[in-house]
Order: sequence, then structure tokens, then C-alpha cells
Amino acid sequence: MQSPRSLIFRRRASNVISKLLGTAATLFGLSWLIWILIVTLLNGARALSPRIFTEITPPPGSDGGLANALVGSTLMSLLGVLIGAPLGIAAGTYLAEFAERRPVWRESVRFVNDILLSAPSIVLGLFVYTIYVRQVGHFSGVAGAIALGLIVLPVVVRTTDETLRLVPNMMREAALSLGIPRWKVTVQVLYRAALPGILTGVLLGLARITGETAPLLFTALNNQFWSADLNGPTASVPVVIFQFAMSPYDAWHSLAWAGAFVVTMVVLVLSVGARAYLLKNRMDENA
Amino acid sequence: MTVSSTASTAIGVEAVGARDRSAAETRQDNLFRWMLFGAAAVVLIVLGGAALSMLWGGRLAFQTFGWRFIVSDEWDPVGRHFGAFVPIYGTLASSAIAMLIAVPVSFGIALFLTEIAPGWLQAPIAAAIELLAGIPSIIYGMWGLFSFVPFMSDYVLPWINDHLGPVPWIGVLFRGPPLGIGMLTAGIVLGIMVIPFISSVMCDVFRTVPAALKESAYALGSTTWEVVWKVVLPYTRSAVVGGIFLGLGRALGETMAVTFVLGNAHQLSASLLMPGNSIAATIANEFTEADSDLYLSSLIALGFLLFVVTLIVLAIARLMLSNLARREGR
Repeated sequence: MQSPRSLIFRRRASNVISKLLGTAATLFGLSWLIWILIVTLLNGARALSPRIFTEITPPPGSDGGLANALVGSTLMSLLGVLIGAPLGIAAGTYLAEFAERRPVWRESVRFVNDILLSAPSIVLGLFVYTIYVRQVGHFSGVAGAIALGLIVLPVVVRTTDETLRLVPNMMREAALSLGIPRWKVTVQVLYRAALPGILTGVLLGLARITGETAPLLFTALNNQFWSADLNGPTASVPVVIFQFAMSPYDAWHSLAWAGAFVVTMVVLVLSVGARAYLLKNRMDENA
Repeated sequence: MTVSSTASTAIGVEAVGARDRSAAETRQDNLFRWMLFGAAAVVLIVLGGAALSMLWGGRLAFQTFGWRFIVSDEWDPVGRHFGAFVPIYGTLASSAIAMLIAVPVSFGIALFLTEIAPGWLQAPIAAAIELLAGIPSIIYGMWGLFSFVPFMSDYVLPWINDHLGPVPWIGVLFRGPPLGIGMLTAGIVLGIMVIPFISSVMCDVFRTVPAALKESAYALGSTTWEVVWKVVLPYTRSAVVGGIFLGLGRALGETMAVTFVLGNAHQLSASLLMPGNSIAATIANEFTEADSDLYLSSLIALGFLLFVVTLIVLAIARLMLSNLARREGR
């Protein structure tokens, strides 16, 4: 028989210990974030110079910049969003607004979309390689943009679906009672109400593909030279980082850090900005 | 549909030509609906197409090697013999290490955010943890290679060698040269990368536990820990498992970070300190070097295996998570 005093002591002790461990776990998680950010930003800031933006990627052992990779990344990301976002908005609209009579079909598309959302991006790169690059016969920036678009797609589908479902039914009923056709209600009333949410989804999608590397290895490949032709191999910052960081040359390492700095800053600004924008809009609505 | 067409006829009864307009609007509505339907179908086509195209692309490897493709550990591009056991083992082992780290830490973070932290601290800390998920994989890779690997080989691995190496049974896992690059390092980096995914699911589902349940337990004199362990966790069990599988799906398919720190060595070794390879890292490293159809086909076949495994894991995750959503009546 245990004395009540020692039992309560044990229960209290385990309570305190669990709280300490929970706090420690949180500090553990945060310390990695701080470590990674400090290393990237410090090394990146040291490597940063105006030449990054004006000169192209150098051959081994010499100095240069990342201009061609920055341009390639920008073009492919924008094209990727142009491919993924309209498709995603359309599919999300279908799920939220037009599928009420086919619940099984709707739920299976949602299910598959959720899987696609966390599916390995390298696999999407291989997919685009087999259906596009192999058929066309050469690597190209367009193929890279398609792969990136496929990564944007599920993000936008999900946010569009979720935001449209938050729009009050009263708005639909009010618009429909005026005799407005359903597509006009969707485009002119619902999209206007859901715009902040949809835009956030697009920005988060853009943030996600900014640092995406694996799918570009099999689609856009890389290009050492200036090329505005998206129909040929195209350089991108993440692939250049991969190539340069794995090399033995100090000049290349330093350029890789500069690239890492740029990518990290863009991703941070996009993802923090998107969330802040959404938060502000929600607050405005509540106020 | 029905609503809009009846509404427009009702309004346009007196107007001449109203029937034409209503017919045109119905046509436009149908066109719009079919366009959206097509976009939703693309989502399914991408998933199905990805699986089929990789099965097709990998058929040469599957035909040539059959089951030996999965069980053979000989990866010899020169001799044109490809067995994928080493990368498969590497993917599973590094993900297992990642889960061993990420699950308890994520549970701790969820515990902290839902029960311990004062209200004003919850949102900023949750946002910071989520930022971990936003950092691109390639950044984890660079940080891993230039910062974490030296840290491991200078401080952590020698200690592990000295203290865990001599332990019977498990010691063999922890003996080896402190290279820094290897299975253990890759597993730890993967663990850090999936922490935000698991902890955010755990936080979300912990918050769905009805207050009445928790308050009843508190009223009986339970401590916070007892409430979490005996009320919150059993109530959310399936969703917590779903969150863990979601993290596992991420860990299995993670590419760039692993490629940087795993070492790209096609050799099997019992020690977690030795370099190895994973499916995703093999594909990323060797794809552009593939000089024969069989080599390329083997890499695509690897991608197919990875896709099927992650698909199953993610499907289980989603089913587990939707159970909780249904119980909530959502």
C-alpha cells in the first residue's frame, strides 16, 4: 500500500517534468530555426555583392554572379504560377460550389488533392520528364515551369476550396435571387469576397516553388550562359546552389551562399507576407 | 443551377426574348461548370498519370531484374546491374530515425502550445515553428553540409562512438569513423524538417477536444499531464497517428537535404555513422549521369517505388485525419 503523500508527490513530479520537457522540446525546435537562419543569413550577407545581379554563373575557379539563374528562376516561377494558379482556382471553385450533387466524386478529388499536396516533388519532376521532356527530346525551362505548376496546383486548389466555403450562403442567395446566372455569381460576387484567401494561396504556392530544386533537375536542367529562351535548358538559383555547394571551389561556395540568402529572403517575405495579408483582411472583416 | 434558371425565368416572364436569354445563360452556366469540372479532373489525372508514367518508364528495369530489383544490393552502372536495396534501406532507415526524433519533439511542442504557453506566446511560437516548414529543402541541405555536418563530426559523433559504441547489441549501430556525413545526420535533419508538419497537426487536433471532457478530468483532480495523457491523447489518437504518417510521407520523399548530407554511397553498412543512399538522393544525384536506357529506367523505377510507398502512407494519414473531422460533424 502506497502512502497518499508519495502518490501525490509522484503525480505532481510527473506533471512538472512533462511541462519542462514540453518547453524543452519547443526550445529545441526553435533553436534549429535560429541556427539555420543565422548561418544562411550571415554567410549569405558576406557573399552578397552587386555582381550577383549583373554577372552570369562563372566557370570553375573564377568569379561571377547569378544573374542568369535569377532570371531563369523568376521566369519559371512566374510561368509555373500562371499554369498552376488558374487551374487550381478553377478546380477549387468546382469543389466548393459546383459539386454538391456528386459528394463521392468531390470527396475523392479532395482526398487526391491532399495527397498531391504532400507528395514528393521529385516524383512530379520525373512525371514531367517522362511525359514532356522525353517526348520533346530536350530539357527546357517550359518543362520546369510545368513541374513547378503541378506543385502550385494542389496548394491553390485547397485554399480556394476552403475560402469559398467560408463565404456566407446569404451572398449566393442574394445574388441568385436577382436572376444572375451562376457563373456570374461565382466570378463577380464570390471571387470578390474570397479574393484575399485565394491570393494568399497563390502567394504560398509561389513561396513553395521558389526554393524547389528536385523537380528542376530533370526538367529545366541548368544553363551556364545567358538564355531568355525558355524552350532550352534554363538555369535556376536552387539548381545552381546544388551544383556549386557540392563543388570543391571556394568561389562557387560563396556564390551558393549568396543564392541561398536570396532564396531564403524571398521565401520568408512571401510566406510571412501572405499570412500577414490574410490576417489583416480577416481583422478588417471582423472590425 | 435550378435556382438560377427558375429565378431568371420568373423575372423575365413579361420581357420579350427572355426565354432566349435564359437559354443562353443556361448554356454559359453549363460551359462554366464543365470547365471547372475539367480542372478538378486534372488533379486526378496528375496523380494517376504520375504513377502510370513512372511504371511505364521503369518497365525495362522491372522486366530485366524482376524481384531482384528490390532485394539485390548491387548497384553497378558499369556492369549494368541495378539492385535498389541500398537506397530503399536508406530511405526507410533515415525516415525511421527522423520519426524517432520528430514524434516526441512534436508532441512536446503541441503540449507546450496548447497547455503550457500563456496565450500571448502561442501565436508567435506556432508561427516560428511553421517557418521551419517554409525553409526550402535546399537551404537545409546547405546548412546541413557546411554547418551541421562539421558539428556532428567534431562534437556529437565522437561522443556517440565512445559511449554508445561499446554497448552490446545496439553498439554496432554507433561504431564508425566520425565523418559527419551519414545516415544518422540525414535522419536528424529529416526529423527537424518534419517537426513542423507533425506538431501543427497535433496542435490543431488537441484544440478540438471538447472543453467539457478536459474540465471534467480537472474537476476530478487530474494534473495537466494526466489530462493530456489520459483524456486528450486517447480522444485524438487516430488524428495524431494521421499527423505522424503525414510527417513520415514527407520524410520518405525528401530529396535535396538528404542528398547533401547522406553521402551518396551505394554500400550497405550496419553503422548509422556510415554514408549511405536514399531513393530520392540516388535519383537526384545520378539522373543526369544515366548513360544507358536500363540505367535511366532503373532510376524511374526507383521513383515509382517511392511514389507508391508515399502514396500509401499519405492515404493512411488522410483517412486517419478524416475520422476525427467526421466525428466533429464537419
